[in-house]
Amino acid sequence: MKWYIDSDRPIYKQLVEQIELRIISGVYTPGDKLESVREMAMDAGVNPNTMQKALAELERMELVFAQRTSGRFITEDLKVIEEAKKNLAVQEIGAFLEKMKKLGMGRNEILALMEKIEEGEKEDDHIKH
Amino acid sequence: MTILSTKNLTKTYGKKTALSQINIEIPRGRIIGLLGPNGSGKSTFIKLAAGLLVPTDGEIIIAGEAPGVDTKAKVSYLSERTYLNDWMRVSEIIAFFEDFYEDFNRIKAENMLKDLNINPDDRLKTMSKGTKEKVQLILVMSRQAQLYLLDEPIGGVDPAARDYILNTIITNYKEDAAVIISTHLIADIEQILDDIIFINQGELVMSSSVDEIREAHNKSVDGLFREVFKC
Repeated sequence: MKWYIDSDRPIYKQLVEQIELRIISGVYTPGDKLESVREMAMDAGVNPNTMQKALAELERMELVFAQRTSGRFITEDLKVIEEAKKNLAVQEIGAFLEKMKKLGMGRNEILALMEKIEEGEKEDDHIKH
Repeated sequence: MTILSTKNLTKTYGKKTALSQINIEIPRGRIIGLLGPNGSGKSTFIKLAAGLLVPTDGEIIIAGEAPGVDTKAKVSYLSERTYLNDWMRVSEIIAFFEDFYEDFNRIKAENMLKDLNINPDDRLKTMSKGTKEKVQLILVMSRQAQLYLLDEPIGGVDPAARDYILNTIITNYKEDAAVIISTHLIADIEQILDDIIFINQGELVMSSSVDEIREAHNKSVDGLFREVFKC
């Protein structure tokens, strides 16, 4: 998987977000062992100290836990992952609604449009199969 | 633990001041970008740290000592210009380095040459500018030094080799060593830096961590640099 680093935000925060997303979407599964900080830093092309900082933040968020001798693991607590997923969804929807507001779209308009698009997708599927 | 510190470090060439009253401390375990426009004093700073120049005023201390024979054994320096003899083969230069530096790791150098498809039997004079730069960087990074001073290490190499070189710097990262990279190609190296030092016209303008800059200015270091030094 590729890492994406934008230019205008702290790098460690972007690493936190991307690792979080990998955990939520199941790229990393609960109980998985993470690679070493150095390997992860190399893979992302970032400074090891920055990766270390990101992992410390993920530990604080309880998405990742460290075992003194054997390394870092993805949490096995599914509730924590579910909670993170919900938080992220709320954030994304917030950002989406903000944009729609700028376009002058009201709630009903948005919902109608979403349904229409969803139906369109279903029809497309129908034709394909 | 500090690897390099300066106190009112000043260097003048005749009437021209290259560096003026620089006070910095560089801890071990950090990768630092020394950034500034052309003629800002970056190379002068690096040369003072490498012991090639002597301060006009103030002091510079590396691992507890003024630059000299002892610090040269701990400092691995990549100069802006090549000082290697053109007629030599890479394998001969490696033997040279092995002789000169106790901390030189031949196997590491040979592996890196292989990764970059450089034939150790080739002579330097038959190589492109970029390949020569790669050879020099390989030599410098193959030492187990405490301080690496890289003066414009990525100027002439292609993007793929640049990635390899940056990766080499990350892989080489050691908690007891620091790397100082002087460059104006900030965007390319920003991701691997811990801290930056901005200098301009011989004066320290800013010293901060990369993420602090991004947090405070909502801009990359590259973006901030362009703003601060707008011509």
